[in-house]
Amino acid sequence: MSQLASLTLYHNDEARPIIEAIIADNPGVRVLNMPGAVKLDCEGSLVVKRASVEERLGRTWDPQEIHLVIISMAGHLDEDDDQFSVSWKH
Amino acid sequence: MSVVALTPDYEKHIEFRDLESNFHGNRVVYLHWEQHLSFCSAIAFPLPPSMPFGAFVEAIVKPHYNAHPDFEKIDWAQVVWMIDDEKRTPEMEKSLDENGVKHKSLVRFWTPGLSGYKGSAS
Amino acid sequence: MTAKKLGLKQRYAHMTRGLDWETSYQPMDKVFPYDTFEGIKIKDWSAWEDPFRLTMDAYWKFQAEKERKLYAVIDAFAQNNGQTGVTDGRYANVLKLFLTGISPEEYQAHRGFAYAGRHLRGVGPRVAAQMQSLDELRHIQTQIHTISHYNKYFDGLAEFPHMHDRVWYLSVPKSFFDDARSAGPFEFMIAIGFAFEYVLTNLLFVPFMSGAAYNGDMSTVTFGFSAQSDESRHMTLGIEVIKFLLEQHPDNLPIVQKWVDKWFWRGHRVLGLVAMMMDYMLPKPVMSWKEAWEIYFTEAGGALFQDLARYGLRPPKYADIATAEAEHISHQNWAIFYQYTHAAAFHTWLPDAKHMDWLSEKYPNTFDKYYRPRFEMWGQMAKEGKRFYNMALPQLCQTCQIPMGYTEPGDPTTICFRKTQFRGETYHFCSDGCKDIFEAEPEKFAQAWLPVHQIFQGNCGGATIPDVLNYYRMNVGADNMDYVGSPDEKLWNEWQADKIRTAV
Ligand SMILES: [Fe+2]
Ligand SMILES: [Fe+2]
Ligand SMILES: [Zn+2]
Repeated sequence: MSQLASLTLYHNDEARPIIEAIIADNPGVRVLNMPGAVKLDCEGSLVVKRASVEERLGRTWDPQEIHLVIISMAGHLDEDDDQFSVSWKH
Repeated sequence: MSVVALTPDYEKHIEFRDLESNFHGNRVVYLHWEQHLSFCSAIAFPLPPSMPFGAFVEAIVKPHYNAHPDFEKIDWAQVVWMIDDEKRTPEMEKSLDENGVKHKSLVRFWTPGLSGYKGSAS
Repeated sequence: MTAKKLGLKQRYAHMTRGLDWETSYQPMDKVFPYDTFEGIKIKDWSAWEDPFRLTMDAYWKFQAEKERKLYAVIDAFAQNNGQTGVTDGRYANVLKLFLTGISPEEYQAHRGFAYAGRHLRGVGPRVAAQMQSLDELRHIQTQIHTISHYNKYFDGLAEFPHMHDRVWYLSVPKSFFDDARSAGPFEFMIAIGFAFEYVLTNLLFVPFMSGAAYNGDMSTVTFGFSAQSDESRHMTLGIEVIKFLLEQHPDNLPIVQKWVDKWFWRGHRVLGLVAMMMDYMLPKPVMSWKEAWEIYFTEAGGALFQDLARYGLRPPKYADIATAEAEHISHQNWAIFYQYTHAAAFHTWLPDAKHMDWLSEKYPNTFDKYYRPRFEMWGQMAKEGKRFYNMALPQLCQTCQIPMGYTEPGDPTTICFRKTQFRGETYHFCSDGCKDIFEAEPEKFAQAWLPVHQIFQGNCGGATIPDVLNYYRMNVGADNMDYVGSPDEKLWNEWQADKIRTAV
């Protein structure tokens, strides 16, 4: 059975580079647009890479800054200095 | 005791909130007209146990359901009554209690041939 | 030589390690008297892992930033008279139900997590529960601040804390949290942290707040999503709690399973209010309740319970019934409020033809067959000057306290009646789910404060409806009854007329 890892983010300028980085780094990601929010789903796992976000943002970005734009999630979370991920392993 | 409680004597402190004795001489009776879900649920009344069933029909049942367009078409002689889980023919001059309507009993009734607005059970 | 910067994981370990201590002159069991009686066995509290490695300094920094942004939006909304730009005056009724029925539960969550944070002896969950307790306090504060602006214009908002503790339908969410808060700390964590926050809270906040945005309410969507950004931390706490309990001892499984079953069903019942808001109360609906249920329960819950199956945990009992009910629950709930509009602190209305067509499209299996005729009949009656009211009080479910208006699984034309006996007394239920919950803890639920019975006992201000509404502090003729003809409608129409005048 399908197990979607998921992040829901604000749909605003601040989150846009993160949304774009997720779409670029997670092939097969499903994008669900809602007024004010965007839900990104990917089979098994979903990753946000610091380097990809920084590339789009043009400044350094701490993965913990995701707290400012995250609305919801599904999956087990892991974060370190280089990335933020949600995944199902079982 | 099935509740898992911090205090071992929890049971001694239960406050049974809805005992018949709390209703000032009345008991709670629930009433429901089947197949007419415009009335969203059964309705509740505090009633004296000595109230004759016939008076219950006239003073409680009829005025609370007469807003429905099917109401005029009810043939009261044909109504099928159920008190708690048993289909019954209530004795109209006998009391609610004598007819088996106890505290928190549910009285349901069916009106044969009538199944709500355009047959939708509404 | 520069010191090497620590990585996030080491930094977090460094900042949070050793915050705890073993007591010396009092036994630990006396300091933490509440974390054993539920039967949960913990072998090693240090096995707790925080998924979000958020230290206190980072927590304050991010929360301050969120607040700054939120209040900027709220101020701008007020300055621009944002309330005049929502889709329709009916929209304000969503906020009335939210402020009276949901915001006070944020406060209850705040209290509950403060309690869990005090009484769990492991440092990891205690810190997480305390942070969450602060978050929940922030939520009710921001909700009051945001909605206070609407209170300047619309009825039904002014007495929200008073109403929450008394009004018949608000006893539904109130008793839900009262039940959780009067349980032990572990049950509270599973009830609110896991079942509510992880499994069900998305259904409350995401589609609903998105609906606020869609209806032009930028202030509400902002507090909603600002709160929800804390929810993802709460969700990880919920999932961590359940993993931790299931990994600690095999004896925990049946206890946890019982709580998951109970709180899923209780949450499902409470969220029926949200279903009705989404399907009937948003002037421009954004997503049907059924669609939201598919995404957030069937799909997201499916992934979760598949993951937890490795511990022997199965999906909540009656999940199938709840899923089947997603076809009915919003319609049945709106019908309840429509006929009791005289006793509700928000306005009701019948869906118009366009809205009914939307409902037919979203609910092809049920709407036209069971619910459209009901609304059409009432519409006809209203046209003839015989607006339909239910003039008696409803029978309530002993567990969820909702009027017993739900139908038999598989038969939407017959009310589902369930009952049981306890110490010679009869108790009635809306469903097998609610009946099971009672039967597992009859000593607790026999004490339920059922608004209808309390009215009959003379404990709610008097014997007549006006007495009771007065006890609720309901401003009769303004707070209650239909939207059409209400002071809210009059004000809204004046705003619209003003706009046209200015435009000309
Ligand atoms: Fe909250
Ligand atoms: Fe929360
Ligand atoms: Zn119930």
